[in-house]
Amino acid sequence: MTDPFPWLTVLIFLPLAGAAMLCLVKESAARSIALAITTVELAISAPLWWLFDSSSTAMQFTEQAVWISQPPIHYHVGLDGISLPLVLMTTVLLPLCVLISWHSIEARVKSFMALLLVMEGAMIGVFAALDFVLFYIFWEAMLIPMYLLIGMWGGPNRLYATVKFVLYTLAGSILLLVAILVLYAQAETFDILRLTDESYSSTLQMWLFLAFFAAFAVKVPMFPFHTWLPDAHVEAPTAGSVILASVLLKMGTYGFLRFSLPMLPDASKAFTPLMITLSIIAIIYGAYMALAQTDLKKLIAYSSVSHMGFVTLGLFTFNVQGIEGAVMQMVNHGITTGGLFLCVGIIYERTHSRLIADNVGLAKPMPRYATCLVIFALSSLGLPGTNSFVGEFLVLAGTFLTNKFAATLASLGIILAAAYLLWMVQRVAFGVPSPVFLPKLHDMTAREMATLIPLIALVFGIGVFPHPLVSRLHSSVNQVLARTLPQPPAALEAGHRHDDATPSEDPAALSEEVAFARRSRVASAPSSNGTEGVEPLRKEDRP
Amino acid sequence: MTMSSGDLFLILPELLVVAAACAVLAIEPIMAPHQRDGLAWLSLGALAVCMGLTASQLGHPAEAFGGFVRIDDYACFWKLLLCLVSGLTVLLSYSYLKEERLRVGEYYAFVLLALSGMMVMVSAADLLTIYLGTELMSLSLYVMAGLKRMEPRSLEASAKYFVLGAFSSGILLFGVSLLYGATGSTRLPAIAAAVAGHSLDAPLPLVATILLAAGFGFKLAVVPFHMWTPDVYQGAPTSVTAFMAVASKAASFGAFLRVFVEGLGGLKTDWSFLFLLLCIATLVLGNSVALVQTNIKRMLAYSSIAHAGYAMIGVVASGRSPELAGHAIGAASVLLYLAFYAFMTFGAFAVVAMLRKGDVEGDEIEDFTGLAKRHPLAALLMLVFMVSLAGIPPTAGFIGKFYVFMSAVEAGLTWLAVIALVFAVVSAYYYLRVVMVMYMREPEALTATSPRLVLSPATSIVLACAIAGVVIFGLYPGPLVNLAVQAVQALH
Repeated sequence: MTDPFPWLTVLIFLPLAGAAMLCLVKESAARSIALAITTVELAISAPLWWLFDSSSTAMQFTEQAVWISQPPIHYHVGLDGISLPLVLMTTVLLPLCVLISWHSIEARVKSFMALLLVMEGAMIGVFAALDFVLFYIFWEAMLIPMYLLIGMWGGPNRLYATVKFVLYTLAGSILLLVAILVLYAQAETFDILRLTDESYSSTLQMWLFLAFFAAFAVKVPMFPFHTWLPDAHVEAPTAGSVILASVLLKMGTYGFLRFSLPMLPDASKAFTPLMITLSIIAIIYGAYMALAQTDLKKLIAYSSVSHMGFVTLGLFTFNVQGIEGAVMQMVNHGITTGGLFLCVGIIYERTHSRLIADNVGLAKPMPRYATCLVIFALSSLGLPGTNSFVGEFLVLAGTFLTNKFAATLASLGIILAAAYLLWMVQRVAFGVPSPVFLPKLHDMTAREMATLIPLIALVFGIGVFPHPLVSRLHSSVNQVLARTLPQPPAALEAGHRHDDATPSEDPAALSEEVAFARRSRVASAPSSNGTEGVEPLRKEDRP
Repeated sequence: MTMSSGDLFLILPELLVVAAACAVLAIEPIMAPHQRDGLAWLSLGALAVCMGLTASQLGHPAEAFGGFVRIDDYACFWKLLLCLVSGLTVLLSYSYLKEERLRVGEYYAFVLLALSGMMVMVSAADLLTIYLGTELMSLSLYVMAGLKRMEPRSLEASAKYFVLGAFSSGILLFGVSLLYGATGSTRLPAIAAAVAGHSLDAPLPLVATILLAAGFGFKLAVVPFHMWTPDVYQGAPTSVTAFMAVASKAASFGAFLRVFVEGLGGLKTDWSFLFLLLCIATLVLGNSVALVQTNIKRMLAYSSIAHAGYAMIGVVASGRSPELAGHAIGAASVLLYLAFYAFMTFGAFAVVAMLRKGDVEGDEIEDFTGLAKRHPLAALLMLVFMVSLAGIPPTAGFIGKFYVFMSAVEAGLTWLAVIALVFAVVSAYYYLRVVMVMYMREPEALTATSPRLVLSPATSIVLACAIAGVVIFGLYPGPLVNLAVQAVQALH
């Protein structure tokens, strides 16, 4: 479906043009211009939500043009139900990032705002790209702006954090580049949709999966590649932390969902035990680490590791609930963790400390702030009625269908999340404020309220009425599943009956099934499997 | 062999450059010292006309002097690049020489003479003609490296370069003579025909191949023939270093690729293995040693060694791949890589040349501390050059690496691409260290000796050209890619 209006091109290049424009204006005007551009971006992206046809499995709002002729590389962009919410999440968050940096960034405002805008364009580009080289270029192009954001406006230990961030990310990405080139050598195309339709030999799939894994697992970050995350988060300025946690981490899981699962179904299946194990470790280990933190940002960073574990867990359940839950969790984590980082930024502007011990008893001097913090904390621990509940519930429901043991362990992560978040809230909101900081603790200003209220609205909006989001996901998730797991539902059921602990099946049988499904892919309707399963769940979600 | 006016017409660009060099030498003594700026403008004018003539020869392949010189698209591609780089060198030297108080008119003559040698190298189809071009280039560069007559380091650079360069020329010549002995000719087509008929166990062509590889290896600065590079690059005046790092490397790759693909194509299984070893050694050593450098010129010297390793991947791939398509993309990736490398490396050296510390050049990485605050635009340019050298998109450096790695993967050398990419990550560390120093360290209080940038209109033009090349080819490399693919069609 080609739309007459180049929605995505505008969304990608408007911020880039804005960044270039910022170089020409006065330092004092940079904030307003950046806010204006990000708001216009939001206004342009918002109609996509309603224009999107949720019944279609095809890419929408596509645009295609030849970029390089030998080898054929295209400027090809488009959205489906998986990328649409992520793009919208990005456009919602960026104006808030500009707002939260309004006073906290004093030095080199122009450069800061320009880098934020470059990031926005590149992030939308990653989610919209339908050509693998284009995807890689956007993916890598974010590296340097993020490096500068942390390195120029970051905390005292920023040099160490930036080097670690860059080297981890680069090391992962280069293997992705090799994988892209190997795919090209096989299929003679860089087009993501055509690459997804090809089938590759099992051995090749294993290698490609490992290469993809290196890139995506570092970005997610999955245990044990997560160590850059707490450092980068702690040192980054608030807006940097928000972008990092809310959008950048999602690119890893988006990569798994867009590339690993549908392109490499056999390998994805084969690596499922590993992926589930790493996810469970991330969930529990992240939560335990979060319990031990004294620094608010570090606490949230480790909670991200834990929550992203749910996403990867959901992706590798290979059923509709699990994957839809994973995508929901991606969006929800973006909203909730973004909100938590904004909260930390707001208090840091007052006390210039991120330590829990320094920021205690805020409920009395800052009642509005405490309310917001509690809301985001409750959302983060997955309280029913908030957004995270929907995603985590779906992930756990999906996991129970395939692997009861893993689901049980993952549930433990939710309990731990309740523990570290409530403990944090208890100390920060309800202790006795230290007299040193008390004079500085004035409640939130209108600007700060404006940064948090949209996110609070989304927390409850998605929590109470998730249907619009789920319905947009549905066709695309089924499409991915049809490619990843193309056997008829009966085979899936049979698979469950004889194994509880590990979802891996007899490889010979699996490859037969896959081969069968490949042949019948055209015939198989994507909605045939799992749709019935998810309907009752959705009804339960609505209170 | 008879010489006709048609032959002379075909080598008009070369003749023009030589004539301009002679004119510079002739006019210089009779000019008043303050008028000598005119020599730079004379050289630039000649280079511009030369580029125009070369561009008009694109698409009209011809042979001159009975096949000794070949004016094909391949030669034209290199010549355009070399003329452009020489023009940038003249512009950069224009203010650099003033800052360094090196008022020597012959300088421009040497740039032009070196260029004429390089142009002969890339268009010759005969080993002795290539050798002549190489010598003309090298002799000019030996003199240019020692131009700072009062500075021991510059003299050391010149002497070292001369001794090792002369040695390598000897090896090259020895290889040529052995090959002549084995095949009875120094002409590439005749050698190709003889080699194709030869059984491979005959030792003479193989020994000759190894000697030729060693001789070219010195010029290309690939490991283990790289020892001279850091000292020479550091000691030579920065404008000369930039010229050497870019133009002489490009010309050597041009001649090297033609000799091995066209003349010794029959031995490609042998030489591609040899170059595979050189390539890995170059990548590993160049990138690892660059990590610990504190002087930016030395760092860029090791970086240029490492980049020769990346370009070498394309050579190996072109030798490895059996079919014509892979062959073309392998060789084309070398051309592209050198073209992109030219812009980013020249840009980086131009920034270094502009940085003054009191009365001398600021060439320590530490001298870049806080540059972003004092000279935001120059720091931004250096940032882009460093990012491009590290091969991070959306810059030309990424596109260059992309094509090189693609040719490797298509030739079945995926593991080589993985090794090279791992070292690309290593290289990101030392390139980004420059960025870190510029952007993330606070500058100390300004004193008379604290580093500052001296920007003249001429160097601004150099930087504008370099950044335009890096950014435009990073975003829209299509036309250049097509030109390179078209150019390597001439190699068969």
